[in-house]
Amino acid sequence: MICLGDLGAFGPHPDRTCELIRENGILVVQGNYDHSIGHELNDCHCGYTDPRDNHFAQLSYDYTLANTSDDHRAWMRTLPSQQRLEMDGVQLLLCHGSPRRTNEFLWESTTSAQFLAKLCADLECDLILGTHTGLHWQRTCLNSQGFINVGVLGRPENDGTTNVWYTILRSAGAGRSSLLWEVEFVPLAYDHERLAREMRNERLPEEFIETILTGWWTTCLEVLPSKERRRGRW
Amino acid sequence: MPINPTAFETRLPIVVLGSLDELWFQVAGTRCNLTCTHCFISCSPHNDSFGFLTLADVERRLQESVEWGVKEFYFTGGEPFLNPDLIAILERTLDFGPATVLTNGTVLKPEWLERLRAAEQGSLYSLEFRVSIDGPTPELNDPIRGPRTFERAMCGVELLVQFGFLPIITMTRVWDESQDAEILGLFRDVLHQHGYDRPRLKVLPRLLLGAEANRTCGYSSAERITAEMLDGYDTTQLVCQHSRVVTDRGIAVCPILIDSPDAILGDTFHEASHGFAVTHGACATCYQYGAICTNPSHK
Repeated sequence: MICLGDLGAFGPHPDRTCELIRENGILVVQGNYDHSIGHELNDCHCGYTDPRDNHFAQLSYDYTLANTSDDHRAWMRTLPSQQRLEMDGVQLLLCHGSPRRTNEFLWESTTSAQFLAKLCADLECDLILGTHTGLHWQRTCLNSQGFINVGVLGRPENDGTTNVWYTILRSAGAGRSSLLWEVEFVPLAYDHERLAREMRNERLPEEFIETILTGWWTTCLEVLPSKERRRGRW
Repeated sequence: MPINPTAFETRLPIVVLGSLDELWFQVAGTRCNLTCTHCFISCSPHNDSFGFLTLADVERRLQESVEWGVKEFYFTGGEPFLNPDLIAILERTLDFGPATVLTNGTVLKPEWLERLRAAEQGSLYSLEFRVSIDGPTPELNDPIRGPRTFERAMCGVELLVQFGFLPIITMTRVWDESQDAEILGLFRDVLHQHGYDRPRLKVLPRLLLGAEANRTCGYSSAERITAEMLDGYDTTQLVCQHSRVVTDRGIAVCPILIDSPDAILGDTFHEASHGFAVTHGACATCYQYGAICTNPSHK
């Protein structure tokens, strides 16, 4: 099991996430949130440009910083910004946003296949795994290199459903397929009403709670490209 | 041994192309149906400094862009929709990657948008429209962009929305920066009234070049990047670190400086990939605000 970063943000009780991850020895790549919280920076460096988006991002960040212990912050500072693994001969490169920059947005509709192919070639890997944007997707390039955005567990995907997403990556086994891996995006239902109650108890913004209860993003929308924006309600 | 102070002072601030992420096309040259008083390359119906690009010109560069791993394509002018090849150019580009077209919104036709909507729906990639309108009222916009241009551009926005596009309204900050929130709020209200229920807005800083230098003032000699200012600076904030522009006169360093004699770097991407001395006043604006030319989805 691997976590591609951003342990806190948006939801309540970030320390509980850190405890679970650390107790279970899960491999973690540092997200932009973890870097900012770890170093007590002024904001999350998510990359928003709109004033309303930045307002809500700051509320989330201030809450998360105030509720992350010194011990967890020190641990976050030690997390690697990327990690290489091998899966049955497939060279994997794990990162948060992109291998070039932790907070780079790689959206499905604004990331060309040729860009991903060059990235894999330059970095001598077969498959790049990232997250950051909050929307899962995958693309395989002509030369069988690829990119997978594995989705996020902390917020639904702006599709009107309340589940969150994770990804199972399997080796396809030699000779069985032209591709060397298989991907399964997994929707995960959970007690989202309980989460909403906990967020209210922590006085997190009603706009965030609405997202948990409806599955539609209400904030931080201005960075979405048009294809992704049209799929949402707001 | 004493340090030679002259050599130290003349060290140039050089920015090398790190990766060619955004490829721009000066697709309408400097030809525009409007003559905005703040245009940094003084486009007008009569400015032929740069000419149109043809579909064949663009096709060749799209093919070449593959090995450079270009991530996004941008189309500007002038007014891109004056180029009779533009619809075919955008359709073809969407086979390669995401496309953004910067328009004044005053010459759009339903039959073009119908084709473009179909092209985007058949593509993996987004087609973005950036519509230039310099404020939420004719009183703010029209003195800069021309009589009735606010009304005409808003008709263009309505047409884009009818066809399912979500245009990014791009405005040059012709007001004080402290008024941003007020202006943006007012603009959102106005766009709602015109049927655009989730308006996307982008504010650009003024560039004190071309017509704008005559309208207000040019850059002072103090508004320059020095080599020392680049020490420890994240140069990915600068457009020239990750962009180039295809023009009919060669490949230029960035969309802002095409009028400068040193901006045309060569005829091939390789020739144009060498370092550029960011010694222009506009470079200081780019340094101050960071990646001003790209879309909000790009970070």
